[in-house]
Amino acid sequence: MQNNPSDLIVVDQLSKYYRVANKQPGFKGTLKHFFDRKTYDVPAVTDVSFKISPGEIVGFLGANGAGKTTLLKMMCGLIHPSTGLVDVGGFSPQRRQTAFLKEITLVMGQKQQLIWDLPPMDSLYVNAAVYGLSDNEAKIRINELAEMLELGEELTRPVRKLSLGQRMKSEILAALLHKPSVLFLDEPTLGLDVNAQARVRSFLSEYNKRTGATILLTSHYMADITALCPRVICIHKGKLFYDGDLDSLAISLSPSREVKVELKTPFSRDQFEKYGEIQDLNDRFVCLLVSRDKLTDVVSNLLTDFDIIDLEISDPPIDQLIGELFIKGEVN
Amino acid sequence: MQRYFKTIRLFWSTAFASQLEYQLNFLIELLAMLGTLLGSVFILSLFFTGGRQLGDWTWESALVIQGVYTFLDGLTNALLRPNLTEIVNYVREGTLDYVLLKPMDSQFLLSVKKFSFAGLPEIILGLSIVFWAAIQSGTSFSLYSLFVFIISLFIGFVILYSVWFLIAASSIWFVKTWNATEVLRALLAAGRYPISAYPVILRFIFTLVLPVAFLTTFPAEAILGELKFNILFFGLMLSSLFFIFSRFFWKFALKHYTSASS
Repeated sequence: MQNNPSDLIVVDQLSKYYRVANKQPGFKGTLKHFFDRKTYDVPAVTDVSFKISPGEIVGFLGANGAGKTTLLKMMCGLIHPSTGLVDVGGFSPQRRQTAFLKEITLVMGQKQQLIWDLPPMDSLYVNAAVYGLSDNEAKIRINELAEMLELGEELTRPVRKLSLGQRMKSEILAALLHKPSVLFLDEPTLGLDVNAQARVRSFLSEYNKRTGATILLTSHYMADITALCPRVICIHKGKLFYDGDLDSLAISLSPSREVKVELKTPFSRDQFEKYGEIQDLNDRFVCLLVSRDKLTDVVSNLLTDFDIIDLEISDPPIDQLIGELFIKGEVN
Repeated sequence: MQRYFKTIRLFWSTAFASQLEYQLNFLIELLAMLGTLLGSVFILSLFFTGGRQLGDWTWESALVIQGVYTFLDGLTNALLRPNLTEIVNYVREGTLDYVLLKPMDSQFLLSVKKFSFAGLPEIILGLSIVFWAAIQSGTSFSLYSLFVFIISLFIGFVILYSVWFLIAASSIWFVKTWNATEVLRALLAAGRYPISAYPVILRFIFTLVLPVAFLTTFPAEAILGELKFNILFFGLMLSSLFFIFSRFFWKFALKHYTSASS
């Protein structure tokens, strides 16, 4: 693979196997396990390759246990790859050199680093000291980020008294204090309500615009991905299975579009069958799945054949598509 | 270097602030510490009723050992216990990841993150007992004996720290919390009494295998002006070895952690 200097992150044929011991149940199994240990390798990530340019926001999609987190942790240096290569900004992450660590940050939605009994502000100054920021630099930086995150007096209240959303925003502030240029976010909106999710999202997109930082995130919430990530990388059973923009993923996942029609008077089911697959039929409302190439014909026929009040064309919901994708296990 | 000092200062001031969040707990810790201390002085006094001696130690010089023990116990409560027993939690909860991604030595961060101020009175008390008892036994201090005393205390602390850190680091494999604290407590408690009070075989073990003698007996001998120079030298070598080994072991443990964690 040719390394282009404009690539910030290069992942080349990366694999990670976990060695697992195979133990038979029961006492006999335990004895056997003790004297003659049989191990086998469980692949967590297999032969994954991609490149990421500076300033990109990339979403990693995959079911639980697909290998997203393993992949993310290999890129930030917490897990040693079994085979293959990771390069982040010219560094080999697993060596965890100081210069590399100062450029990256990791936020894990389900794990916190702020001191529980104290206000976030105390933890922030500790972090600033660890990264070698002067008090003055830290103050300017905290004010700047607090404003972007809409955090005010929450920063001087004990962490245990903050809401989950406020806590997450404080965690993000703590993680960004040292102006990292690569952000690894593992489920940053986990458990937040819709409003708090939206605020975290808009912050991330603004931060990316202002600083040009590269953001890699995993999320279970499709809304995070659709709102933030022009590019997605799908991981399924440890393998890379789609890498491209979100819109083409939707097209390749679903060659059909949804046509919703509101009619003046009710019609029976068989009258619609020739137009497309009926998703839903309810009194005067009909929802049809129509393949993209027939779409214009079908719509014009519908308009001439029926008395229509309203007509709406949309893609089927992407999270539903992705859900189906992971069940089917392949792209059409 | 300055960055490390500033980090320690901030770690400990935040630790102080978070302990004050729970005032009652803080008071109880202080009371518990006083109780333990009175108990051990009482036991020691029993040994000496009727003029008996422990090994070749008089009551006053044995009290110096008790003082050193109290001092080390205070340091343990202030620094070792709060930090090193936490390591297993970092491993279990996965927050060790955050520590590993900081641009600072991870062993340093894990070892100094907290400071329990309930250990401070014990530290002061321990030193007071040492000096009081040393004066009682008729010792005259010199700059040299004070210097040797400080060095030998340092040796003792480094050995204790390294052994404890080794055990704590092994939690990377044995993720569950096992009661390592109690094992070490017992080890340190063996150092409450002069090493020559033990049978020869134990004396040997406590000097060379589990260097309990270095924790309490040798510092006490130092302040009493009885420590031989070659023992001090040997102690310096031994504690450096322990410390270097603890660093090696941590690097090795991390290699295992980072290739296995998920």
